[in-house]
Amino acid sequence: MQAFDYIAPKSVDEAISALAAGGEKARPLSGGTDLIAQLQEGRRGLETVVDVKRIPELMEISISADGLKLGAAVSCHTINANQAVRDAYPALIDSTHLIGGTQIQGRASIGGNLCNSSPAADAIPNLVVHNVSCHIAGPNGRRTVAVEDFCTGPGQNVLENGEFLVSLTFPKPPPNFGAAYLRFIPRNEMDIAVVGAGASVILSDDKETIQSARVSLGAVAPTPLLVQEAGDVLAGQPISEETLNKAADLAKAAARPINDMRGTIAQRKHLSGVLTQRALRIAIDRARGAKTVDELGRLNGHGE
Amino acid sequence: MADTKHNGTAAYDLASNGKVDGDGTGQNGYKVIGTRPVRPDGVDKVTGRAVYAADVQMTGLLHGKILRSPHAHAHIRSIDTSKAEALPGVRAVVTAADLPVAEDKIEDLGEGAINLKYLSDNILAHEKALYHGHAVAAVAAISPHIAEEAVSLIDVDYDLLPAVMTVDDALADDAPILLDTLRTDAMGEIGAQPTNLASFFRHQRGDLDAAFADAHLVVERAFRTETVHQGYIEPQAATALYSADGQITIWTSTQGSFAVRGQVAEILKIPVSRLKVIPTEIGGGFGGKINVYVEPVAVLLSQKAGYEPVKIVMNRADVLAATGPTSGSNIRVKIAVDVNGKITAGLAELYYEAGAYPGSPVGAAANVSLAPYAIDNLQVDGYDIVVNRPRSAAYRAPGGTNAAFAVESVVDELAEKLGMDAADFRILNGAKEKDRRPDGVQYARIGQIETVQAIKNSRHYQTSLEGKYRGRGIASGYWNNWGGQSSATAALNPDGTVNLNEASTDIGGTRASISMQLAEALEIGYEQVKTRVVDTDTVAYNDVTGGSRTTFATGWAAYDLGQKLKQEMKRRLADVWDVSPQDVSYEDGIFYAGDESLPFVEAANVVQREEPLMASSTVHPQDFGPGFSTQCVDVEIDPETGKITILRYTIAQDVGKAIHPSYVEGQMQGGVAQGIGWAINEEYIYDDEGHLLNASLLDYRMPTALDLPMIDTILVEVPSPGHPYGVRGVGEVNIVPPAGAIANAVYDATGVRMDKLPISPANLLEAMWAKEAEAAGKPVPGDD
Repeated sequence: MQAFDYIAPKSVDEAISALAAGGEKARPLSGGTDLIAQLQEGRRGLETVVDVKRIPELMEISISADGLKLGAAVSCHTINANQAVRDAYPALIDSTHLIGGTQIQGRASIGGNLCNSSPAADAIPNLVVHNVSCHIAGPNGRRTVAVEDFCTGPGQNVLENGEFLVSLTFPKPPPNFGAAYLRFIPRNEMDIAVVGAGASVILSDDKETIQSARVSLGAVAPTPLLVQEAGDVLAGQPISEETLNKAADLAKAAARPINDMRGTIAQRKHLSGVLTQRALRIAIDRARGAKTVDELGRLNGHGE
Repeated sequence: MADTKHNGTAAYDLASNGKVDGDGTGQNGYKVIGTRPVRPDGVDKVTGRAVYAADVQMTGLLHGKILRSPHAHAHIRSIDTSKAEALPGVRAVVTAADLPVAEDKIEDLGEGAINLKYLSDNILAHEKALYHGHAVAAVAAISPHIAEEAVSLIDVDYDLLPAVMTVDDALADDAPILLDTLRTDAMGEIGAQPTNLASFFRHQRGDLDAAFADAHLVVERAFRTETVHQGYIEPQAATALYSADGQITIWTSTQGSFAVRGQVAEILKIPVSRLKVIPTEIGGGFGGKINVYVEPVAVLLSQKAGYEPVKIVMNRADVLAATGPTSGSNIRVKIAVDVNGKITAGLAELYYEAGAYPGSPVGAAANVSLAPYAIDNLQVDGYDIVVNRPRSAAYRAPGGTNAAFAVESVVDELAEKLGMDAADFRILNGAKEKDRRPDGVQYARIGQIETVQAIKNSRHYQTSLEGKYRGRGIASGYWNNWGGQSSATAALNPDGTVNLNEASTDIGGTRASISMQLAEALEIGYEQVKTRVVDTDTVAYNDVTGGSRTTFATGWAAYDLGQKLKQEMKRRLADVWDVSPQDVSYEDGIFYAGDESLPFVEAANVVQREEPLMASSTVHPQDFGPGFSTQCVDVEIDPETGKITILRYTIAQDVGKAIHPSYVEGQMQGGVAQGIGWAINEEYIYDDEGHLLNASLLDYRMPTALDLPMIDTILVEVPSPGHPYGVRGVGEVNIVPPAGAIANAVYDATGVRMDKLPISPANLLEAMWAKEAEAAGKPVPGDD
């Protein structure tokens, strides 16, 4: 690891200046669980590291009538410890429990997970099915991007020179809403997703029909995917094995994975279907009020 | 200690008819052996005070980094180190040109002989880089960061060659040759042509063809296993100080300080008298810390930097790419039975990937393969093959897991086809005293059948397993163990304590198990013995901690020290009491002669009024007893993902006499934990050019705590007649059966016989798809 300058601005504007001045050789630091490892292993060479954790807006976590506002640098542990968030967005906790162990969760942030833009990121499919908006600040002012449009390739995203992610907003969950994120890993912890699947549904008042749904996959394409057609095929359909199978088949068809040391093409396509179906089942259960996050706290082997 | 119960462990003591106690107190009369005292190194380890190799600090310490080949197979045309040398803060740069020219000479370093030319080439590549990660050059600088930057400034001009990654690649007619001078050694007959087949051997007895022809039933299968790593938690690290007077001191994490001394002396052509090796605490080895890697480089850098100390600490990627691992293999097994289920013939063909230089554990694997069974007609062939992977190193029962996976899978299939219980089949065919292992060596008293019987009688085996996609499997395994040479001294303190100095690296609690044997021999308390692991200047030569030998052989030296101290104390007391030495007796910690008596503690003072008392012992015991283990596992498969959950695991192992039962159980559980990893997820993954893709513990998937069940242990105590306390090595045989047992359980759960390791989710899914497709007469789902 080579020496770099460390700057910890207290305002968004100061951060923009520092990042713009540093150009390609500057990068924001949130929890650092990806960035520091990349620097240590020589996968990234930086001259300036801009710690954004002293900017109040990036550390904000608040629920209002509009929904959840989550500062980009809020740690997973802070989210896990917030009962109002656990109650209102149980599926978000699926991701914050999966990312790292307890110590890592004390540093790692959802915003950082998004900005690292790994195709296998455990937060992103979950954000996609929650219809999250990304609020970006930069030298040309502020802009908002839908989360499914944020990533543009492995490790790449829409952030331009001097821009950084300030916050994420989650719409207030509509009635009869449920969501879930699941991943498959060969072990029971300390692994990167072979495939990750997020799903959300809004059910009819009698909770027998799916009014609308969103399905998102991770680790099966250069970016996390919103599988629009899988959501569309569920809209207006009664909850049944057959409907879920159709969505799973479409998810499987949408997956365009590669062979690598974490999984094979055939395995990943197959798991795209399996996990889509399993995530949809949990989302439906949650929409029906059957299971809270705390009852599902040991999803994928992870403790509460 | 016949009914020891601890943490769900049942102890079987089958030793009541064993004549094992050299001190005449009787098998069940032990005072210290069989108890579970706290280990001497415990407090330092749990408080973080224990000094491991990377903790070594000293004034003026320089930091070394090693440049590694990014290619699997390449000629090195030239190395330009000028830019690195010019970087401020750099004190020395070395390449293979700084090493003395190595001889083509074989040195035995414990768990396998090593050609010193190959060893030297592996330290720093001479004319060729032979695997991705092969060390090419090294730098010493005033900080690790400067050293790292300097390494990146070294220009190496490579001429790339095609990578030879597997047995099949290496033996192909047009295979690129790794080592120009290598010729096949076929049982002494040396081939004429350059080759990647380093050696071939055959063990043979009986009439194999006739036995197969007459068989009631024959099962023949081919298997593939992948390269795996020992996975010790502490990366290799060493500090060397080449003093201006020519004396060299090395602090290192090793299984054998004398093995380090010997290797460094040979590689650098320095007499052993100029080398002192100080072993630090060790964070695991499992066979992987016998070969040297960084020690000779640190010595060269220290000298070249102007006699300043140099420390080299590997990172995890270095460890996975350039140390260990153990061989991947192709194995074919064919076994025949008669109508009663008795094995009539066995054939095993073992093709082991040695890595870049000859020396896979195929020889040991051959003896493991069919060892648990009494077989009259037998043939085992072994092939040692070089490929562009790291030079293989010993790994816990080297070669055994691969071979047992193949044999135990075939044995399970035979039992199934015969309609026999898998345990009964193993009892019917089990090897016992006077039967012969594959190379013809006759067994003394062994406990194979007892381990199967213990599993058969276990609560686990006696409880039926319910549920879909759940299955149970058993498997047996053998390991030869080893004796080796040990040296130790014992100094008597006037307060009745004893300082025991020995040189066996303590990996598994051996300071405790050795102390206990001296305490038992002297009939004193465990807490009266203080045992230290000392450096190479302090005691005579001592073999590595390996081959499950330390509690056996260094323990024997401790026993011998006890006899010597007692004898000398009797002699001196005889002088004090003015009686003949034969009239002095010792019982229950008290010396007697006529009306005189003196407890050990007081005697220790009395006998040293005129002259201090110290004993030394050197031993080389030959009659080490082999170990057997039979294991039972329950698994559950997720049929949609192919993921295996281990539900329950029970080990029965013939442990001879368990000196410290907790550490014996720990060895058994540890070996099985590693075996489970080997069976279900661990493998080296390469791309087509031979680049290692998973040199991290994120993607080289060893089991975590959440992946393992409680592993229950049954200590089967069949004392070895070759040791005063009946000790057998216990560290290795436990890793031999797990892959076979798990494969058999997976078959029971899914109907799929896995012919390769690991049984990873991807591999198991594919095998289940293939089976479904075969059943339905459809093509296998592929990359649609």
